[in-house]
Amino acid sequence: MADLSPALTLAFAGAACSVLSGLVSAAAFRRHPDYLHTGSFLFLFLAGCCTSTAGAWALLDNLTQTAQLQMGLPWLAWHLRLDALSGFFMILLGTLVIAVSLYGPSYTREFARGADAQPLPPLGIFTALFVLGMQVLLIADDALVFMIFWEMMSLSGYFLVVFQHQHAANRNAAFIYLLLAHVGALVILLSFGVLAAFGNGLTFDQMRAAHLSPLWASIAFACTFIGFGTKSGMVPLHVWLPEAHPVAPSHISALMSGAMIKMGIYGIIRVTYDLIGDVQWEWGMAVLIIGTASSVLGVLYALMQHDLKRLLAYHSIENIGIILMGLGMSMIFLGTGHPLLGTLGLVAALYHTLNHALFKALLFLGAGSVLYRTHAHDLDQMGGLIHRMPVTAFLFLIGCIAISALPPFNGFVSEWLTFQTALQAPALENSVLRSTIPFAAALLALTGALAAACFVKAFGMAFLGKARSRRAALAREAPRGMLAGMGLLALLCFLLGVFPSTVIGLMAPITQLLVHDALPSATAQGWLWLTPVSAQVASYSAPFVVLGLVLVFGLGYLLLKRGSEPVRRSDPWDCGFGALSPRMQYTSSAFSQPIRRVFRGVWNIEEHIDTLTAPGPLARVTSLHYSVHAHDWSWQWCYQPIGRLVLAAANRIGFIQTGNIHTYLKFSFVTLLVFLWIVS
Amino acid sequence: MDSELSFWALAVVQTLTFIAAAPLLAGWVQRVKCHLQNRAAPAVWQPYRDLTKLFGKRLVVAHNASWLFRATPYIVFGAMLMACAVVPLVVVHVPTAAIADVIVLVGFFALARFFTALAGLDIGTAFGGMGASREMMVAALAEPAMLMVVFTFSMTAHTTNLSVTTAYILHQGLLLRPSFLFALLALAMVAVAETSRIPVDNPATHLELTMLHEAMILEYGGRHLALIEWASQIKLMIYAVLLINFSFPWGIASEPTLQALSLGVLVVAAKLTLVGVVLVVWETVMAKMRLFRVPQFLGFAFMLSVLGMLTHVMLEGGN
Repeated sequence: MADLSPALTLAFAGAACSVLSGLVSAAAFRRHPDYLHTGSFLFLFLAGCCTSTAGAWALLDNLTQTAQLQMGLPWLAWHLRLDALSGFFMILLGTLVIAVSLYGPSYTREFARGADAQPLPPLGIFTALFVLGMQVLLIADDALVFMIFWEMMSLSGYFLVVFQHQHAANRNAAFIYLLLAHVGALVILLSFGVLAAFGNGLTFDQMRAAHLSPLWASIAFACTFIGFGTKSGMVPLHVWLPEAHPVAPSHISALMSGAMIKMGIYGIIRVTYDLIGDVQWEWGMAVLIIGTASSVLGVLYALMQHDLKRLLAYHSIENIGIILMGLGMSMIFLGTGHPLLGTLGLVAALYHTLNHALFKALLFLGAGSVLYRTHAHDLDQMGGLIHRMPVTAFLFLIGCIAISALPPFNGFVSEWLTFQTALQAPALENSVLRSTIPFAAALLALTGALAAACFVKAFGMAFLGKARSRRAALAREAPRGMLAGMGLLALLCFLLGVFPSTVIGLMAPITQLLVHDALPSATAQGWLWLTPVSAQVASYSAPFVVLGLVLVFGLGYLLLKRGSEPVRRSDPWDCGFGALSPRMQYTSSAFSQPIRRVFRGVWNIEEHIDTLTAPGPLARVTSLHYSVHAHDWSWQWCYQPIGRLVLAAANRIGFIQTGNIHTYLKFSFVTLLVFLWIVS
Repeated sequence: MDSELSFWALAVVQTLTFIAAAPLLAGWVQRVKCHLQNRAAPAVWQPYRDLTKLFGKRLVVAHNASWLFRATPYIVFGAMLMACAVVPLVVVHVPTAAIADVIVLVGFFALARFFTALAGLDIGTAFGGMGASREMMVAALAEPAMLMVVFTFSMTAHTTNLSVTTAYILHQGLLLRPSFLFALLALAMVAVAETSRIPVDNPATHLELTMLHEAMILEYGGRHLALIEWASQIKLMIYAVLLINFSFPWGIASEPTLQALSLGVLVVAAKLTLVGVVLVVWETVMAKMRLFRVPQFLGFAFMLSVLGMLTHVMLEGGN
């Protein structure tokens, strides 16, 4: 405690700022609501700055610093450790917290207004606890601290999801979230249990030193993967995610989708690569299959959504799938003795983790801005916002390009790296693996193309065309603070897309730490070229792509635009039938109809056609309303049977609940006797 | 250093040639098609005349058009320009090929398509939405097949760099690989879908309802339309050159001597002429498919590419 290392002190300062942010929120209760906007978010901003600086410090200097705090139970000191991997995730978390704290002050004012106004202090308190949980679990170095703060994150997440508790749907979503968060936490505990049993202790150092038999290692891995995968939202444990993320306030959705589900990825990487150590290729196969399924199903379900935030939530499942594909291939290569290719897969996965955090947070904040100005969740209530909210539209478009994996933005780089990893499959000896990996990569291509279709739909319906509702027609640009938060993320999306070699160079300490290998070839040709394996095999130069595009714009301006006659505005082509109305535009369900038809069977489609006929001798249809809902099969095939089973079991056991106090006393007495007998 | 600079200059010249020659290929296809269908044929350089006319016109855009609508033609053309820069046309070793490999090439096409589809939705007409929706569906089905083809080639050549792949095929001699055969067939089918040709789409139709690509760009005119038309001509040529390079690259210049280069130009011109004729025959004997037959067509392409990949892994031992 006496000589704390500076980077770790900074990390503690970040945590302290989060605590202060929560305290300010609590102090602001009722009397000084304005403190909340300024004080609480100011401390949150500082927390973000401290966390990301501490993380960057640890990553760039490749520090590994440990500390012990005498807190809690006297014989259980808290072990903390800051290393390159935690540093990386702290940068991610800190950046998002900064963006959210810029965005939040204006955005949260909305909740204090209107008919269902809410007291804001709980929002501030639980946001602070939520961030604090993530900050500390990243530097936890024993299972106890890890689980305490993991639970702090999960539980405060519950209160944030249920913040607008007037709506039954929100309470329901929050309950599902809580349920699955705890199932996940239980499984994580089991995996720590296995590791702690072999390592004779709760600290991660003891777990690292443990020697597990392959079978026990596999059991530990399975528990890790299922437990942390639940938090990440992998298929089929994803059902909480599309329920919880859309109903939380948008800046919280950004933190959840951007940071919280990444904690699951952190957990998988930390336990599998660092604590268990010897990776087996069979695990990689499982991760790859689950990842591929998550990415394809995630994007297919996203395509069917017409609630913008729900659509984004399904895309989180897709992107977690892509990250898992990278991790899976990395494990396969490591398990079959190809450390360099394993490193490549790990780098692809980590890069996509960072990218997804940035662009998904950007998109959720953008969706929040639209919600803030139009009060519309439904894409079919928006439209034409590019004219009313030009800056938001531009920033949201950057997020859309990035998530659709289009060059030259950041999403493309990490998907390209994932493809490059897959292309190294011929290095494997096993021909089943050699043909499975390219197949998974083809499905990744399908995912990418469908994601592009989905974001054409999302951006097109929300921002392009003509306004589909009065509120959308009267929308105004979002306040400056909100734009600043989004602008920061958009800028990072661009920079991470254009200078990938630099970023990968900076990530070297993480791979050194985890697989004792780096990717020297990736940066061998300088910052201009990204060459993951070698310059002969594959290369990509984003700066040149940007240069080419700028060149075309410049030449186009010089040769075509300058000196040409001014543009004439006219009516669009209406087939000679007269004025077009906004209702003639394609709706979001219409846009995805071809894909719905091609991939039918993937969804449980429910169509409604409400026809209203006017009375009279000739039945005349006065209004027609068509709606389509895509339900998740996993409810019907997985969760409802489990639910029924639990209910049935509860009914069977129910007979012991007599409601008579004597019976309960008898039970207690018998239990006590049994325990005494066991102990003695 | 000096030779490297001249290589870069050569690559730039090749890219410009590529862009300049693309309308010629389109004109050739159009002319042969007219001859084959007993129609009076326009001159081969008709596309140049069309482009010149469009560039000279005053720009008319719809009232509702945003900046995105006006930026899209430049982005589309820019993406195609970058795509041209990485495909070897006359000479194998182009340093610009290192800017982007074949996966990035697919990414360029996707970028162009993304913005075209958004521009289709920007005006708020039903046609734009219809075109965008259908085009994105077709693209979603074509992309996995395309990637599978790419994987088959790059697993054999151990690279995704187009220059190196072409050089590899050139170097290995006339070796009949069953995997290449499947992959080439699949690539041809994907090319038909991606360049909006019959039977997937009909570029010459006058019915808005049967169009995919054209429905999206219905609102464009003047220099915007010229750029988009030119870009789609370039795309056709890129796919033609890809097919040539992957199947029969012989004749392409291996070293930058004047003799080799002029031979390369002649040979590639002859091959493109031939590809044009094959395309016309194909388009003449085929009828346009219903939209919901397209998934089957592309599904078949995907099956072929998977077969190609599996033959490579199983029969050719992954070498």
